[in-house]
Amino acid sequence: MSATTATTYDRAPGDSKAHPRSEAFVYAIGLLLAIVLTATSFWVANTSALWGPGVPLGLAVLAIAQMGVHVVFFLHITTGPDNTNNVLALAFGVLIVALVIAGSLWIMTNLNSNMMPSMDMMNLHGQR
Amino acid sequence: MNAAVAALPMRHDELISALDARQAPKRTVVAFGFWVFLLSDIVMFSALFAAYAVLVHATAGGPTGAHLFDQRNVAIETACLLLSSYTCGLMTLSIGSRRRGATYLFAAVTFVLGAAFLALEISEFASMVAHGAAPQRSAFLSAFFALVGCHGLHVTAGLLWLVVMMAQVQIRGFVPSVERRLLCFSLFWHALDIIWVGLFSVVYLMGVAP
Amino acid sequence: MNFLGKLSWNAIPFDQPIIMGTVAVMGLVIAGILAWITIKGYWLYLWREWLTSVDHKRIGVMYYILALIMMVRGFADAIMMRSHQAIAVGGAQGYLPPEHFDQIFSAHGVIMIFFVAMPLMIGLMNFVVPLQLGVRDVAFPTLNSVSLWLTASGVLLTNVSLVVGEFAKTGWWNYPPLSELQFSPGVGVDYYLWSVQISGIGTLLTGINFVATILKMRAPGMGLMQMPVFCWTSLATNLLIVAAFPILTATFAMLLLDRYLGFHFFTLDGQGNQMMYPNLFWIWGHPEVYILILPAFGVFSEVISTFSGKPLFGYRSMVGATMAICVLSFLVWLHHFFTMGAGADVNGFFGVMTMIIAVPTGVKVFNWLFTMYGGRVRFTPAVLWSIGFMVTFVIGGMTGVLMAVPPNDFQLHNSVFLVAHFHNVAIGGVVFGAMAGYNYWFPKAFGFTLDERWGKASFWCWFIGFYLAFMPLYALGLMGMTRRMQHTNDLSWEPWLLVAVVGAFVIGLGIVCQVVQLIVSIRWRKLYRDVTGDPWNGRTLEWSIPSPPPAWNFSVLPKVTTNDAFWSSKQQARANGDEPSVASEFEPIEAPTNSATGVIAAFFAVVAGFALIWHIWWMAGIGVLGAFVTMLFFAFRDEEEFEIPVERIVEFERAHPSQVSP
Repeated sequence: MSATTATTYDRAPGDSKAHPRSEAFVYAIGLLLAIVLTATSFWVANTSALWGPGVPLGLAVLAIAQMGVHVVFFLHITTGPDNTNNVLALAFGVLIVALVIAGSLWIMTNLNSNMMPSMDMMNLHGQR
Repeated sequence: MNAAVAALPMRHDELISALDARQAPKRTVVAFGFWVFLLSDIVMFSALFAAYAVLVHATAGGPTGAHLFDQRNVAIETACLLLSSYTCGLMTLSIGSRRRGATYLFAAVTFVLGAAFLALEISEFASMVAHGAAPQRSAFLSAFFALVGCHGLHVTAGLLWLVVMMAQVQIRGFVPSVERRLLCFSLFWHALDIIWVGLFSVVYLMGVAP
Repeated sequence: MNFLGKLSWNAIPFDQPIIMGTVAVMGLVIAGILAWITIKGYWLYLWREWLTSVDHKRIGVMYYILALIMMVRGFADAIMMRSHQAIAVGGAQGYLPPEHFDQIFSAHGVIMIFFVAMPLMIGLMNFVVPLQLGVRDVAFPTLNSVSLWLTASGVLLTNVSLVVGEFAKTGWWNYPPLSELQFSPGVGVDYYLWSVQISGIGTLLTGINFVATILKMRAPGMGLMQMPVFCWTSLATNLLIVAAFPILTATFAMLLLDRYLGFHFFTLDGQGNQMMYPNLFWIWGHPEVYILILPAFGVFSEVISTFSGKPLFGYRSMVGATMAICVLSFLVWLHHFFTMGAGADVNGFFGVMTMIIAVPTGVKVFNWLFTMYGGRVRFTPAVLWSIGFMVTFVIGGMTGVLMAVPPNDFQLHNSVFLVAHFHNVAIGGVVFGAMAGYNYWFPKAFGFTLDERWGKASFWCWFIGFYLAFMPLYALGLMGMTRRMQHTNDLSWEPWLLVAVVGAFVIGLGIVCQVVQLIVSIRWRKLYRDVTGDPWNGRTLEWSIPSPPPAWNFSVLPKVTTNDAFWSSKQQARANGDEPSVASEFEPIEAPTNSATGVIAAFFAVVAGFALIWHIWWMAGIGVLGAFVTMLFFAFRDEEEFEIPVERIVEFERAHPSQVSP
């Protein structure tokens, strides 16, 4: 029997290995970080301190960072070997999301730019 | 990049543990299955996001996001949902340490915060419709209402689920099946907040940015 | 507000003799079957053993039966189209008016893809995967039952459209603006959308179930690299299901919002974007075809290695190729609409990606060939289907690569060349794979093998019939014939169309042979009985248990150390001269209880779907509420599992002494 093996099972996503008291601490830190990131997002959207075209990028970065905070601090997803399946599934999901959104935007932008110029003509067909 | 773990060579102690190990415990299987479901749900949202991104300028001469979105409202909604995620975490801790009273308390707070979020969102929708910015006005508004509305429907379903779960706790106590379902609920609730982060950043903040 | 929404007696097409005739026949057959069940008193048995079963083996069989029945309907559509097109040339008008012809080609596509090909593959995976993994059931058995019955709901709704109302006339993709309310005000598109939406939920749940099962539940010692290749392809398939089906759900939801609530996603007015629909649809649509073909690839891997008496050549490269296909399938979708005008850059990228995705499939074909090379191949029907597949699928794949080059595609898009291509890969791949799997695993499911002579006859009819039916279409496509044509004026096309309709009838003969094969095998089942549980000298764990297996699959969970787990334990037993041993240490087994959740939830889904189609709002509310209440009943039920006592296991094992314990 292998008494020396550490973890024989994968961990359920959402489960934490930590002691309850430190777990409460983890949630609190997560909340704090999320509040900071949210406040920063609102500031970025309303300030003129950032160069205009850079605002969407800044917002995207902050959003991704906050999603990461949620995943780590609230969902307790780690990079340990007992979490591999959970992380891989998440990575697969993120890949698909990226392909869907980026792919659609690229394709639709190209399609739209190759359309006939007058948009008004479309309204002739429907009377709603 | 591929999803296969198997390309990695197995270490000796992993091999031993695989031999010893029976199937993963039910809690892990259930939570992982629900995790996979959540990822599929997020893919569904990404299709709605893609549609929104494509249609964001298709305002058909009607109101744009900058005209319609009220940042104060959005900030309060965000605060409600974020705090409810936190209280859901506290609820999870109470379940883990078998404190019934605390469980009900944090569940109730989570519910109230979630309901507040919904109330604000519904009133936002109602006022938009009243001002002629209904989803039938333009493709942009259709995409907006569908995307944000879908999230709201998920929140509604979550609140309903929370009520049912508290009923289960009351009737059954903290039996394994109830614990598993509460774990799934907390995964769901946190995922909804993650989606909201994307929503308020892309729809509302990018929408009103100058 | 009308109490019955848009529904009225006008919905039944009394004035269309072909439909009424078909409905009459279907009605008689169904009534006959129901009467027979009642007279024989089988209702209780059916309810207890099948309708409420959560056993993956039973569910797999039911999926398969559903698929085979729908194949008959889909094939009937095909014969009608072929025969009509062969006639409707030049001055002749054929016998199907355009509104009818349009519904037929739409229904044919929807039925064949969603209600034949999907259930065939899902049925096989349901039956086989837990057995190959050495476990007792899937991760979520009751959810599995729900998936099956939701699929059946979609089937029911689609078939009801034949009697009450109409089906979509928009083709199986249902593009706007044609599918919008403005141009399709009838119920046909709604039947399509709700049928597929409901069954799509079932499919998504299957995806979740199998990903969890394969990744989290395997026999002790079976790491991912010790899994049979069929389980790998099932994993890839179900990952694709989980990733792709939500997109279809969202896309259909958008179209439904347009139709029901006046939204403007794809409408002509309100600045809707019609081109977004094909984009989103095919993000689902391309992975879907890989969802259909990957299980078939897995079947061939199993069949070829078993009947060659050799381990599968290149296990690691098979796994790599499978997972590569899984990811690449999300990078090619634009090739379904090269001609929509995205421009050279976009078309070029997706064209190259489409060519790249052929490479892993090529790796697989070579692996199968190298598996057969040097082996002693037994030419059973399953092997004939496999070899037929390799020839046919490669041809179909090559025409796919031909069309992957955008300039070529501009000539061939939506011609019958395209129709020939996808039937080439769908029939040559999915159908042949389903038939190989059917012949291979039938004895495991039912305890007796299928008649080989009729099996070979059915193969040859299908094979020859396929080439007769579809090779002319390649020529016709190059000659300029568009798809979905209700009437043509080019008389030079007629000889080709006649050959095609002959081919369709030969395929029909193949189907008849399969029915005969089944009847003959049942009649001679005592002769064909599979006593050992291992009729083919198999290599994987499902052959280590009796045929049919007990409800609990394995009386003792197998411990696995290598690939081809059963083969290696057989070799070991022979080497050691072991006596077949019956393990004396059985433990009681916990099994999930049967559940009516699936059937009842599906019933309410049908009610809700029908009501939504006909705008009967109060009934829709009842349907949704009913489904919700059913879920509550499930959530609050007292007993999830029951215990199978040791005595029952011992009794079974005594009656079926196992040859070798793995």
